[in-house]
Amino acid sequence: MLEIFLGLYIFMLAAFVGYGVIKGVPALLHTPLMAFTNAISGISLVGSLVAAGAHYNNVSTVLGAIAVLCATINVVGGFWITDRMLRMFKKQDPKTESAGDS
Amino acid sequence: MVDQVETLYLIASFLFILGLRGLTAAHTARRGLILAELGMVFAIWGTVIHPDIMAHLEIAGFFQTYKWILLTFFIGSAIGIAISALIPMTRMPERIALSHAFGGLAAALVGVSEYYREQVIAGHMDHTTMGAIGFEVLFGGLTFTGSLMAFGKLSGLIPGRNITWPLQNQSNILMFGGTFVLLIAVTIDPSNQILFYAMAAMPLLLGILFVAPIGGADMPVVITLLNSYAGLAASATGFALDNNVLIIAGAIDGASGFILSVVMSKAMNRSFRNVLFGAFGKVDEEDEAMVAAGGERVQEASVGDAAMLLSGAGSVIVCPGYGMAVAQAQHVVGELAEILEANGTQVRYAIHPVAGRMPGHMNVLLAEAKIPYTSLMELEEINEDFKHTDVALVVGANDVVNPAAKHNPASSIYGMPVLNADLARSCIVLKRSMRPGFAGIENELFFAPNTVLTFGDAKDTLTKVVEALS
Repeated sequence: MLEIFLGLYIFMLAAFVGYGVIKGVPALLHTPLMAFTNAISGISLVGSLVAAGAHYNNVSTVLGAIAVLCATINVVGGFWITDRMLRMFKKQDPKTESAGDS
Repeated sequence: MVDQVETLYLIASFLFILGLRGLTAAHTARRGLILAELGMVFAIWGTVIHPDIMAHLEIAGFFQTYKWILLTFFIGSAIGIAISALIPMTRMPERIALSHAFGGLAAALVGVSEYYREQVIAGHMDHTTMGAIGFEVLFGGLTFTGSLMAFGKLSGLIPGRNITWPLQNQSNILMFGGTFVLLIAVTIDPSNQILFYAMAAMPLLLGILFVAPIGGADMPVVITLLNSYAGLAASATGFALDNNVLIIAGAIDGASGFILSVVMSKAMNRSFRNVLFGAFGKVDEEDEAMVAAGGERVQEASVGDAAMLLSGAGSVIVCPGYGMAVAQAQHVVGELAEILEANGTQVRYAIHPVAGRMPGHMNVLLAEAKIPYTSLMELEEINEDFKHTDVALVVGANDVVNPAAKHNPASSIYGMPVLNADLARSCIVLKRSMRPGFAGIENELFFAPNTVLTFGDAKDTLTKVVEALS
């Protein structure tokens, strides 16, 4: 089987899984969801790391390095801000909960 | 080595999906986040031992190989943490728009870098890889400039209103079609570098032209669509590099953006086509004049009147809107709620899906003001309860509480689901002035006999109400 078809199968199945799971995310968490998926899609870091680290040629290395910079901002920043938001979501009155919650 | 890389990627993909599942409930969300972070560590680990990097490591040594990665990774982390830790929650839509821009740029750059390596240097590129890189550069570039435009509009650097010009839609569609033709041409003949660079440049222009005509209040749809494009760009990168974890993460991001943009469009009762090509919401002088003329009939309430109404209420539903974010009034809303609750009043919040500038914007702001998420209700959950409620307190919202959407087929927002603030026994509207909302139409709610309006900055007004009550 052609590799491209294998890729398309993976894409299709992942899109359906993503659709199914994300459908269940309540509107309450839609902003954290966007920050979260944004951090995950910063996974293009993976592509840029190879470009920056394999030293194929100077152009690829420089473009790759800029891409690593952009993607890292998204991955690290995205996870950070998602956590900052999620920490704010409290179930009970914050005063009664803060005693038991670290 | 390849086996190790693939194993690590497999674990990463598994953890991403598991982590995403955690987000389906507020109490498991942070656990999900940690799983996804762990997944990212595996994905990066799998990549730094990529065969091509290891081959270079053997020749050049550790420092030479990883210097660029380490340098940019540390700078990027520092920037990412600085932005994320310091930005106020009210500006979250800008932060998200900016991160889509970075994501799009990263994907586009990797695409160009790959093209340069395989075609320009090595002199050979097969058609499928070329097609994938083409999509990557197209979606990446479009997302990059489109998101920068969205960021500019949200932060006020660019006028938020819709910028229009003659034959706008026709020329945009023609240019998009042209870019697609270039993509096909370059897939057929990857060796034509001029075609490739032209195809890489076009989406940059398109991103600007597509977002320019879209007004500020339509930003929720634009942001979610760009979220989807950023995901598709990442997925296309995966196809170009034969990297499955990229395909999977990109597909998930694409699906998420797609779902959210459908939710947003439904909440506005508008199609994608209408949002993207409608140039809706022209707030022009005509509408302002009309509202000013009708403005004489509204009942104005002083801060004291508002405080009295609230203190006498057994139940209150707060309807927040973008105005609450602009006035940064979420904390004082929280203080008011605390006083009312101490008084025995039930306080809940009705969150319209498109209140604010991005999905979930209001929830994050109210959570920041330490309001428990169990009192944040979605439209369907709470809309039936308005008629048993004493006071609906509208803070900086307009179109999402306009009853015309329910019964006036002539209204441009007719059919859009709205909060039933008009059905509460009385309704207090906090407004800066009689300016119409983004749809540029008059709001019947303001003229209803059971509605009173308190003019002024929402934060100031509420601070005074809190002082009056305590």
